[in-house]
Amino acid sequence: MSELRFTKDHEWVRFDGDVATVGITDHAQTALGDVVFVELPEVGRVVSAGEACAVVESVKAASDVYAPLAGRIVEVNTALADNPGLVNAEPTGEGWFFRIEPANPAEAEALMDETAYAAFLETL
Amino acid sequence: MSDALKTTPLESLHRSLGARMVAFAGYAMPLHYPAGIVSEHRHCRAKASLFDVSHMGQGVLRGEGAAAALERLTPADVQALKPGRQRYALLTAPDGGILDDFMVANRGDHLFLVVNAVCKEADFDHIAAHLPASVALERLDDRALVALQGPAAEAVMRRLGGTEAALLPFMGVADVTLAGIPASVSRSGYTGEDGFEISVAAGEAEALARAILADPDVAPAGLGARDSLRLEAGLCLFGSDIDRTTSPVEAGLVWTIGKRRRAAWDFPGAERVRAELESGPRRLRVGLRPEGRAPARAGTPILAADGTALGEVTSGGFSPTLSAPVAMGYVPPGFAAEGTAVELLVRGKPLPARVCPIPFVPHRYRR
Repeated sequence: MSELRFTKDHEWVRFDGDVATVGITDHAQTALGDVVFVELPEVGRVVSAGEACAVVESVKAASDVYAPLAGRIVEVNTALADNPGLVNAEPTGEGWFFRIEPANPAEAEALMDETAYAAFLETL
Repeated sequence: MSDALKTTPLESLHRSLGARMVAFAGYAMPLHYPAGIVSEHRHCRAKASLFDVSHMGQGVLRGEGAAAALERLTPADVQALKPGRQRYALLTAPDGGILDDFMVANRGDHLFLVVNAVCKEADFDHIAAHLPASVALERLDDRALVALQGPAAEAVMRRLGGTEAALLPFMGVADVTLAGIPASVSRSGYTGEDGFEISVAAGEAEALARAILADPDVAPAGLGARDSLRLEAGLCLFGSDIDRTTSPVEAGLVWTIGKRRRAAWDFPGAERVRAELESGPRRLRVGLRPEGRAPARAGTPILAADGTALGEVTSGGFSPTLSAPVAMGYVPPGFAAEGTAVELLVRGKPLPARVCPIPFVPHRYRR
């Protein structure tokens, strides 16, 4: 399993072969608080980089989740429907949101690595 | 956090407890503590929670005819309020809209008022502008206000030496010494639970709050849990569920209008209230239970099954007690019956929901 890449909107991406798994970061889930509902995109939907394609709701508010890369949604985490708390418990594990087949995997190069994301969080 | 934000006397306590602070009504206020909103919410329903509500406006009306003077601005029967008793009331506009909701207590030689933080400047100006020469309004900006809410609240008050508080009935008020600190206590709150609101001098607020928090049954709770608790209890939030455009009839708050006032029709907005009571209001506040787990937030359009626009959600979120979304909103009276099927347009998608009774979670006041 490859290392994580991060966006400024606090999504993470992990490549596994040709498919990228996407979720929200530990920082994001902490800031949101208890997640009570997740709305996921349709499988097959083609998204552009930065497009809002999922929604995560805490008790207090709803927040958009953006596609870190352009591509096609190939799978969504159906476990979140019954157990949205997975996002809080395992944000970079069982709490993943969707898998995307990137149109251009090289786009991931532009995303932050773990060190850069940690430095970015320091600036917030 | 902007430097322009005002702080409450409990600011440093919140920070030492690790609160996440947010701007609310011009104040830096705790949204939640490290436990988080859901856990704070559940703790309040199970034991007791301490809320800082010092941002709210406290004031005193003193002088001959104070109750009658206040009645010129509210439909509540203030003159019938007995010493040691408090009442929930509305400030109404001449057109029948609601300017604010507030608490008024008869403290014998004066009336004690608590108004909403967002409205307090406007409310106090409004009240002061309508007083006769014999009545004076004094703002109590040097006092803090905390709420201790939950089934264990009474036992906590006893352990702090506040036996008189523990003996108060719902909406009773008394001066009580708690942990050696003089306070003015009412048996009331905004959670649907038994509990107390405690007014204390700003300089002693932190000592009192720390004494209350030292009780093993008490945990701090922020504005997030305060909002989810009051929503479950079906209590109105001014600015969301009631405002300048809603009438007491539409909001289901006719019970705040005194019988005598409804015979005399001598309060601001009486004409509209009377017409709506006789011919029916244009819309009514109802409870809504969406199917599934998606919350319908304030502003969500409410549609009839055939797609006709009915109104909007005014408060909505996720109920930790029911583990389900709940909402309140306004619909025409023909759609207000319990069980009526409606649709909530959440992010462009119609979500089935039903009109249901409020409160969503039964009140547990000490009657």
